[in-house]
Amino acid sequence: MSTGLSAPAPASALFHRLSRRDAPEIAFTINGEAVTAREGDLLVTAILTHRATLRKFEFGADMRAGYCLMGACQDCWVTLSDGSRVRACTTLVSPGMAVVIDEIKP
Amino acid sequence: MTIKDKSVVVIGAGPAGLRAVEALSKAGLRPILIDEAPLPGGQIYRQPPVGARRDPKSLYGFEATKASDLHGLIVRLGDQIDYRPETLVWGIEGHRLDILSNGQFSQISFDALILSTGAMDRVIPFPGWTLPGAFTLGAAQIALKSQGVAIGRRVALVGAGPLLPLVAYQYWKAGATLCAVLDVTPFSPKVYNLLRLMRKPGTFAKGLWYTLRLALAGHPIQSGVRAIRAEGADRVEALVWIDVSGKERRVEVDAIGASFGLKSEAQLADLAGCRFVFDAKSRQWQPERTPEGRSTVPGIYLAGDGSGIGGADVAELTGEMAALSLIEDLGQPVEKARIQDLAKQLDTYAPFRTALEAAYPFPHHLIDQIDDSVMICRCEGMTAGQLRQAVSQRGATEMNRLKALTRIGMGRCQGRVCGPAAAEVLAREAKSTIEAVGRLRCNPPVKPIPVREVF
Repeated sequence: MSTGLSAPAPASALFHRLSRRDAPEIAFTINGEAVTAREGDLLVTAILTHRATLRKFEFGADMRAGYCLMGACQDCWVTLSDGSRVRACTTLVSPGMAVVIDEIKP
Repeated sequence: MTIKDKSVVVIGAGPAGLRAVEALSKAGLRPILIDEAPLPGGQIYRQPPVGARRDPKSLYGFEATKASDLHGLIVRLGDQIDYRPETLVWGIEGHRLDILSNGQFSQISFDALILSTGAMDRVIPFPGWTLPGAFTLGAAQIALKSQGVAIGRRVALVGAGPLLPLVAYQYWKAGATLCAVLDVTPFSPKVYNLLRLMRKPGTFAKGLWYTLRLALAGHPIQSGVRAIRAEGADRVEALVWIDVSGKERRVEVDAIGASFGLKSEAQLADLAGCRFVFDAKSRQWQPERTPEGRSTVPGIYLAGDGSGIGGADVAELTGEMAALSLIEDLGQPVEKARIQDLAKQLDTYAPFRTALEAAYPFPHHLIDQIDDSVMICRCEGMTAGQLRQAVSQRGATEMNRLKALTRIGMGRCQGRVCGPAAAEVLAREAKSTIEAVGRLRCNPPVKPIPVREVF
């Protein structure tokens, strides 16, 4: 786990942090790339402060990024590298979590 | 067997469920309180996860004292209740609940059950609503409250109810960049209903404060918005709307929080066999609840927004009321004066609620504008055109027939998101009424569970 200031959120991020910017960092990966979240982040926050999507839509050529954030719509199920799937809006990010997000192939 | 040996379960730890367990424990019962969330409060008084805690005043504003009081209830009651957070009830059969907790599958038998399952945003699809960056209004609020994040760097909020000024105010106050605040309902009914809205001066004043403060800060709420659409190639890039005068307007945003009122989360009441009634004001089917909180099934009680949208304060009252009825039905005397007092308090909310529904009428025009290409089911991608085809070519006139023909409501969300909009589309296409097309029947599991847990 690293300490100190992390790089500013990339422009591709969706969520924008307004508070808790100095909470302890948690290291995890998205498609193998090392990234950081903040303690108390739900997985949806951890991912969407780095990018704009969570998963590929199974029934079309679109990406999805969650919708209701209260565990009702089931839009934010994310795959982890061990093949398990978690609902990103009700799961806390944890150190070493390895998120796998299929991209749309052009 | 005394009343203390009875197995009493309350599902949902929002304001209704919390007041219910408080009253039950006061009567000497030790209720089981089951909740999906890790911390009590429900959605309205949702608590940030451990590690993301902030000052209650900044999270709940005017309601901070109320929220803290309810949150503290679990601690105050301690061993007097059996609190089970992070636990999902995914099925009900007779007097037995199917439970999933910590990956473990189990069952609980109950003598009496209170369902306080709350509500979620009512969704009306519009072009672009499935793009990454388009969320519900409730989601926009949860992101801020629970996580201290805005849903985007440049945010537009769209609504048809009192949640809109509140969330917009909270976003402004938290320092988010608000680019548009749009109310799809007209301004005039808010004026016509002014006197009735002032029956709850406190609540009215808060709404007015949010609205005026926003206007002063340069974010006036635009009422009477006629149409909206989100634009973007692979994520939200802009919100386009037709304003009250018919002029098309556009603002670049990367996130939109849009939804149109609330709908009861009543899947468990359905599985429990409760009879449903149609509520014309909110255009939805809800489990039938007597003023005392009884359902049509003996031993099953209803409280809070899951059986009638009334808001958090009403939820607290109905929670206690349902608990007292339950205790009375178990044969233990209850304080009649308290029941009368609760009924009296609830009565004062009725005219206010009526006025609120009138001030924010259902946005029929948004339904009329849903063209065939708009996706209604975001789980599996069925479009409005496919639903209409099932009506015009295969004669569907009822929701469950429509479900059988098109799979609408069979996706992962079990119709939570698409149900109300699908019913509106069906009613129009079949030249029927929203009441006559009925409601989607629920099936267990009410939420996705790992398949290995069932078999």
